[in-house]
Amino acid sequence: MTDSKYFTTTKKGEIFELKAELNSDKKEKKKEAVKKVIASMTVGKDVSALFPDVVNCMQTDNLELKKLVYLYLMNYAKSQPDMAIMAVNTFVKDCEDPNPLIRALAVRTMGCIRVDKITEYLCEPLRKCLKDEDPYVRKTAAVCVAKLHDINAQLVEDQGFLDTLKDLISDSNPMVVANAVAALSEIAESHPNSNLLDLNPQTINKLLTALNECTEWGQIFILDCLANYMPRDDRESQSICERVTPRLSHANSAVVLSAVKVLMKFMEMLPKDLDYYGTLLKKLAPPLVTLLSAEPELQYVALRNINLIVQKRPEILKHEMKVFFVKYNDPIYVKLEKLDIMIRLASQANIAQVLAELKEYATEVDVDFVRKAVRAIGRCAIKVEQSAERCVSTLLDLIQTKVNYVVQEAIVVIKDIFRKYPNKYESVIATLCENLDSLDEPEARAAMIWIVGEYAERIDNADELLESFLEGFHDESTQVQLQLLTAIVKLFLKKPTETQELVQQVLSLATQDSDNPDLRDRGYIYWRLLSTDPVAAKEVVLAEKPLISEETDLIEPTLLEELICHIGTLASVYHKPPSAFVEGSRGVQHKRIPARAGSGESAESSDVGQSGPSEAPPAVIPSQGDLLGDLLNLDLAPPTATVPSVQPSMQMGAMDLLGGGLDSLLGGDIGGSPSMGAGLGVAPAAMPTALGIAPAVGGVGMPTGSYVAPKTVWLPAMKAKGLEISGTFARRGGIIQMDLTLTNKAMSVMTDFAIQFNRNSFGLAPAGPLQVLTPLSPNQTIDVSLPLSTSGPVMKMEPLNNLQVAVKNNIDVFYFSCQYPLSLIFVEDGKMERQVFLATWKDIPNDNEAQFQIKDIHLNSDAASNKLQGSNIFTIAKRTVEGQDMLYQSVKLTNGIWVLAEMRIQTGNPNYTLSIKCRAPEVCQFVFLCYELVLKN
Amino acid sequence: MLAAAKMIHSLFLVNASGDIFLEKHWKSVVSRSVCDYFFEALERATEPENVPPVIPTPHHFLINVLRHRIYFVAVIQSEVPPLFVIEFLHRVVDTFQDYFGVCSEAAIKDNVVVVYELLEEMLDNGFPLATESNILKELIKPPTILRTVVNTITGSTNVGEQLPTGQLSVVPWRRTGVKYTNNEAYFDVVEEIDAIIDKSGSTITAEIQGVIDACVKLTGMPDLTLSFMNPRLLDDVSFHPCVRFKRWEAERILSFIPPDGNFRLLSYHVSSQNLVAIPVYVKHNISFREGSSQGRFELTLGPKQTMGKAVESVLVSSQLPRGVLNANLSPSQGTYTFDPVTKLLSWDVGKINPQKLPSLKGSVSLQTGASKPDENPTINIQFKIQQLAISGLKVNRLDMYGEKYKPFKGIKYMTKAGKFQVRT
Repeated sequence: MTDSKYFTTTKKGEIFELKAELNSDKKEKKKEAVKKVIASMTVGKDVSALFPDVVNCMQTDNLELKKLVYLYLMNYAKSQPDMAIMAVNTFVKDCEDPNPLIRALAVRTMGCIRVDKITEYLCEPLRKCLKDEDPYVRKTAAVCVAKLHDINAQLVEDQGFLDTLKDLISDSNPMVVANAVAALSEIAESHPNSNLLDLNPQTINKLLTALNECTEWGQIFILDCLANYMPRDDRESQSICERVTPRLSHANSAVVLSAVKVLMKFMEMLPKDLDYYGTLLKKLAPPLVTLLSAEPELQYVALRNINLIVQKRPEILKHEMKVFFVKYNDPIYVKLEKLDIMIRLASQANIAQVLAELKEYATEVDVDFVRKAVRAIGRCAIKVEQSAERCVSTLLDLIQTKVNYVVQEAIVVIKDIFRKYPNKYESVIATLCENLDSLDEPEARAAMIWIVGEYAERIDNADELLESFLEGFHDESTQVQLQLLTAIVKLFLKKPTETQELVQQVLSLATQDSDNPDLRDRGYIYWRLLSTDPVAAKEVVLAEKPLISEETDLIEPTLLEELICHIGTLASVYHKPPSAFVEGSRGVQHKRIPARAGSGESAESSDVGQSGPSEAPPAVIPSQGDLLGDLLNLDLAPPTATVPSVQPSMQMGAMDLLGGGLDSLLGGDIGGSPSMGAGLGVAPAAMPTALGIAPAVGGVGMPTGSYVAPKTVWLPAMKAKGLEISGTFARRGGIIQMDLTLTNKAMSVMTDFAIQFNRNSFGLAPAGPLQVLTPLSPNQTIDVSLPLSTSGPVMKMEPLNNLQVAVKNNIDVFYFSCQYPLSLIFVEDGKMERQVFLATWKDIPNDNEAQFQIKDIHLNSDAASNKLQGSNIFTIAKRTVEGQDMLYQSVKLTNGIWVLAEMRIQTGNPNYTLSIKCRAPEVCQFVFLCYELVLKN
Repeated sequence: MLAAAKMIHSLFLVNASGDIFLEKHWKSVVSRSVCDYFFEALERATEPENVPPVIPTPHHFLINVLRHRIYFVAVIQSEVPPLFVIEFLHRVVDTFQDYFGVCSEAAIKDNVVVVYELLEEMLDNGFPLATESNILKELIKPPTILRTVVNTITGSTNVGEQLPTGQLSVVPWRRTGVKYTNNEAYFDVVEEIDAIIDKSGSTITAEIQGVIDACVKLTGMPDLTLSFMNPRLLDDVSFHPCVRFKRWEAERILSFIPPDGNFRLLSYHVSSQNLVAIPVYVKHNISFREGSSQGRFELTLGPKQTMGKAVESVLVSSQLPRGVLNANLSPSQGTYTFDPVTKLLSWDVGKINPQKLPSLKGSVSLQTGASKPDENPTINIQFKIQQLAISGLKVNRLDMYGEKYKPFKGIKYMTKAGKFQVRT
């Protein structure tokens, strides 16, 4: 006799029949009827109409029947709130039952009934249960607080349940502790600032004790909670690591991964030369390897996380390459992940093995996998320089197989290899050209065209080859069209005599017959360049390209750090910050690795990289769609396009190159979409004039926090129909101001003043209108202070601190540019934590360090430090070594970039040595200028 | 306001033909239409096992595992550790298997009310509540024919009235008051070899996944210790929570109060650095000639490092290239089959006799006009070796403390092929 009997239906309405049975006098019949109802519910049938009848069965001493009714209630109470009230009395009574199982069951079920009216009645029983003598009831009640909070957060706070819950962290029973932690973590998620899980060494100790004794699930909750703790120092860090390490041997993979998260995070605080640090590194490898022998679904999650771990600490798994070798019957999602990690672990030591494997994979059946394997060979070539030659010959072997998709992938990656090792492997071009006809995928066609264009001078029939593509120009994808355009322009610049017709043809195809704005724009730019200044065209189009780097497929470091703090979570599976995709993540806090929080605020937002142009990693290929990059024809995507931050600001900037930027700022067309730019649609002849603005006008005002440079003339009267503007910049108490003096040197009255800035490096923009209220009579002078904000549009300027300004009056619009001292955007809270400073200093690569001499300063170190502080250059620490004072200083820019500096002052020597480190090295020079200015005034 | 639904929201069970046959919601009801995203992924997957384990949808994430041809699809709404969910789903599968003997659609449907009660007991508000089979069995009695009959006569129920004893004790995995007339403790050391062997017969990777499974039926609260002749082999281990980790760290002795019944005491991993012995070798010659529709096929198996033990239950399978039409082979022993649709060749060899090596020889025919296949088939081998742990792991002694009786003790060893693959 099985439960399937509950599914048999009778001809007469099923509901009708059940109703009769539920109201039967016989206990047994009632129970059977409830079972039938539950069975229907499990398969998704709507049996809500039976609500009153089922609830009537609730008052029973039969535990099974009671449980079944509770199951039903939880499912349907929401749809029948008024009826659900009927159940309240029984709940309250059950919470007093002598049997703890029933008490717990009642409090557990009440919490699942999401009906406001019921929750009010729940409070008293819940309060009792939280202090119940039986730990089973207490642990159930702890979870119930989280449920209640989800329904009515205010109620939970008002009733003081949160404090009771916090008390439970010190409970004597480990399961109660674990559930209290779980409940608090859940509540904290919707209460980002509530300090609910206020972790201190005492609570940590309690958690660590409970960790040893609670169930596997409780261990996960506790470990995830521990991961949020910031140890005070390396000793505490080490002692926590020591107590967490045994969890690595747990049979439950989720426990293992949560433990790995805690260790990965806390070991950051340990000194690298500590013996224990090395021991810990060694201990991490085996559990990670073991995860790979689990079921494929677990393997997949493990692999995604290992992918992060090997990027952060490649040393952990560097000897474990073989466990990532692909088995032919692995599911495809496991294969692809393994492949990715193999490349990350590839080094000179193991490259031969890896290549042999990859070649093997390239003959497998699964097309997606084969493609990725071929790409992997290319990535190896780029990553391990010594292997490049072998990779290329392996790829050539694969091309000889003539398997269509293998050939196409191979060509795409060979293009990347050329980008990394120019002028080294061009001998293979002939072989590639043989396969020209078989290419039918846009990416492969584009790659091939790029190669032909790039090496046009060595390919005798380059013009014929490119011409053959031109026939079906309009049927090609945009990628191919853009590439073809660029390639033919390159060809023309290299062999101008024979290819004039070809280039004209492609330019007219691109500009006149195409609807694609990108293509048209690029066509116009080339056209204009070629017709006005062929030498410049050559410089631009044939410019030496930055080398491709293996870094392109690495996760951006700040994101990686955040993801390391989220090991084992969905974020780690998707390699995206939690804020990027989790719905309802009101409370997601950006987690940071301790001691490495150096990049400070710039890292706190997930959209790093948009905050300023200087965030762009150096020498990395610009992301696709970047017009500036396109001009240098670097537009083919890197091997795997994972540069995470597309930079809209850069793109906008490039548009401005076309001019129109300033015009559109001031003219009547302000309403128009700024991204369109003004001159976009017009013929090349109509290039607007904005490019012509001379940045030479005006002086360089260099004020400081306390000291403001005298005004200099920015716009002489003769250039502005009688309007003379001089000015300077000041930062006063966190407010940035532009102080202007307007003088009317003309014969007529000036009115209707307005001011606009062009996009600039740090997003400076007027925070209000230019307050010139009265008309400016001839020979009259007026002083105006214009408050500025830093929330304007961003575009990298050259020089970095350049500001292009347009001033309008009733006569005309005038343009000038001026330069502001960088100290203008040094913020007041720029003092970094000592420890953070140290870690950040170490973390920024030495290449980013710049050294300067500040000459002729006659201040002692304290006076200097005070003076600098006035301009928000903060001294964090001072050290004296052999009569030499070392000042460690930090500066934070308005866009969150941190600048770290070390200033060495030798007693009696008027020359200071200044070393500046910043993730965005281009600001160093300007920071130095500020130092000089501040110290000399 | 969005519910910050932590943990598992709902569970759907989907059968091989893509029908949802059970749903369970721990919070509010999530419409089953959310599974449409899963079905899309299922449709895209070339093989049933290729469905990605984590599938994002606009408002939820679907985490699924495929076991016994049933997809267990968990619905979560916010950041939840995926491994947590997957481990929990595994526990659900294990529990079903434990309760119903098999985990199949029919068994689940037959016991739908028990299934529902179990699921309710295993998770509360998305937090795992009771997942140990010992505890669950005290809360909800497994269905047996006898009990059903008794229940109908006496009107008693499936649900335990007492708080399960293990729930909150320091040894949550063991219930109190266990009594047996025959006290016995058996341990199975089972090792699986995963290996990839290349064309020329040399080992590319080889590793051993070992487990010690126990069946312990002992009265009272026995405290056991298990020691090994060569514990140094075990440097990468995962323990059942009952094992005292400190004692292992210090003395390399397994000391534990065992759960009652069947459980996995530990699993371990011996990696390639430690030179894993390869017990069989394969000689193969699978060749196709350009322009000919016939290919040659020859396989010979032989024992390699078997420590003198017999290699049994040998089964060879290989996915032949798509262009292969049929195979005409003759085995020296055992039987072979070739499925012309899936192109799967499998050869049930049986035992390897070192004096007379088993072989499978003959020809394979290609489809007319088909070109020489690009891919090389991989040969998959399964085998068993009784009374041998290939890593050399040996139990030294098993002692019991805390109870006075003398239990029966036994240790068995076995080596099996895991993912054992030979490339050609």
